[in-house]
Amino acid sequence: MTDASTLPIVRIVDVHKSFGLVPVLQGVSLDIARGEVACIIGPSGSGKSTLLRCINALVPIDQGSILIENEEINTPSLDKLTLRRKVGMVFQQYNLFPHRTALQNVMMAPIHVLKQDKASVETRARALLKKVRLEGKEDSFPGELSGGQQQRVAIARSLAMNPKVMLFDEVTAALDPETVKEVLVTIRELAEEGMTCVLVTHEMGFAREVGNHVYFTDKGKIVEHGPPAEFFANASHPRTREFLNQIL
Amino acid sequence: MTQRTVEHQHPLSARSSVPRGRLARTALTAGFVLSVIVVVTVPLYGAYAATGTSAGTLETLAKWAPLILLGFGLNLLMSFIAMGIGTVAGVGLGIAQVSQVSWVRRAAWAATEMFRNTPTLILLFMAMFLLPFELRFGDLVIALPPWLKAILGFSLSMMAYVSEIVRGGLQSIPTTQWEAAEALAFTRRDTLRLVIIPQCFKQIMITSTPLASILGVHEGLTITRSAISAEGQPELLAPFYLFLLALFFVYSYPISLWTLRLERRYAIKH
Repeated sequence: MTDASTLPIVRIVDVHKSFGLVPVLQGVSLDIARGEVACIIGPSGSGKSTLLRCINALVPIDQGSILIENEEINTPSLDKLTLRRKVGMVFQQYNLFPHRTALQNVMMAPIHVLKQDKASVETRARALLKKVRLEGKEDSFPGELSGGQQQRVAIARSLAMNPKVMLFDEVTAALDPETVKEVLVTIRELAEEGMTCVLVTHEMGFAREVGNHVYFTDKGKIVEHGPPAEFFANASHPRTREFLNQIL
Repeated sequence: MTQRTVEHQHPLSARSSVPRGRLARTALTAGFVLSVIVVVTVPLYGAYAATGTSAGTLETLAKWAPLILLGFGLNLLMSFIAMGIGTVAGVGLGIAQVSQVSWVRRAAWAATEMFRNTPTLILLFMAMFLLPFELRFGDLVIALPPWLKAILGFSLSMMAYVSEIVRGGLQSIPTTQWEAAEALAFTRRDTLRLVIIPQCFKQIMITSTPLASILGVHEGLTITRSAISAEGQPELLAPFYLFLLALFFVYSYPISLWTLRLERRYAIKH
């Protein structure tokens, strides 16, 4: 038990991925500990989102190794469904199911994938919606909710599967500045409860405050990384400095 | 916290103070009453207009009407059976067209294209003349009477149309919906069943219902034509065809009303 909890929950070793002839990841390695909040930053096209998608096998990798709780996912015998029960994902465009209400969106996967009892799932789903401060919106359809509200439903939907790791793919990039905050507050609460979170983000302030470790990617490689205080103060690589100067 | 409550309303349902169900029922009833009036009056008027001596024409029409009605009824029965078979087979074929297994996808595509691009009449002839009149499996003999062959011919055509509509519907759903379902560990089957098909159901229903009226035309027309030539009176042309027209109106008007109703019911909020 102690062994398992000291091992990194996500271990990425020398991962390579190309789309056709375009190399997107060129030897990425990183470890994420249980309960850690890892923030991946970098210019667009640097492979951040692809890296995130590799972690739950939405994108298969060409070479290298990804271990989730010490289980290799780069293998033909991978049970993707088991993996995805452990790894939740929230998308930039929320991707809620527009024909189902907020509550139904949260309930669908536990009922149909985990085959859990409907009544208990509903109790939990209502609790989750309350947790993301959407009490009273249970019966609203996604089209009736603001972007920030939809994104919080998406977070609740993912949490309903009781994942061990949550992946956030630029979840605030499509939101207006006012609603960014409500989503970030939700993620911060999750992090404080000890959920392992991997975020691809442009919210430097958030990365600095909530992140435990910041990774800077460029051209498919991790150029530099470190705890946020150190990283933002002393980034030494010229590419990192250039990026931070532009964005801060 | 801003709340955007956007009501997307179909232009045809602008009279929103009336509950939708009742509105549709009222429209349906009104349509039927109108149709019945048309069925009765149009041939009468046609008869007057055509001859002036209405009695003779009306008698002739009355003599032939049962047969025309029978032909028309047969029409409906056959087209309903063909629609049933064609829809079930077409949905299967349409889903096979987006299969992840490439040979399944290709075979389904080839079948769809072949039957869709062959005129229904040719399919009908093929079914009529290429299928044997009975099938033997050892001692088991299954007779294939002409009406069954005709139904099979129609079904193939219907199947191909439905297949294409289903494929189009499935592919109109953004890939992000597939991704979201995949990330929640839904199986491909559950993704189709719970996420994708419900969202394109509306589109599939609306595009496929008018097909129902296309497939129902043949038998009644043939009998009408035979009746007119048997009587040898050209002045019968107008009333007979008007009668048939009225029959088809009664058949297809409810279908189009139903289509409108579906369109309203499945208007998905995005």
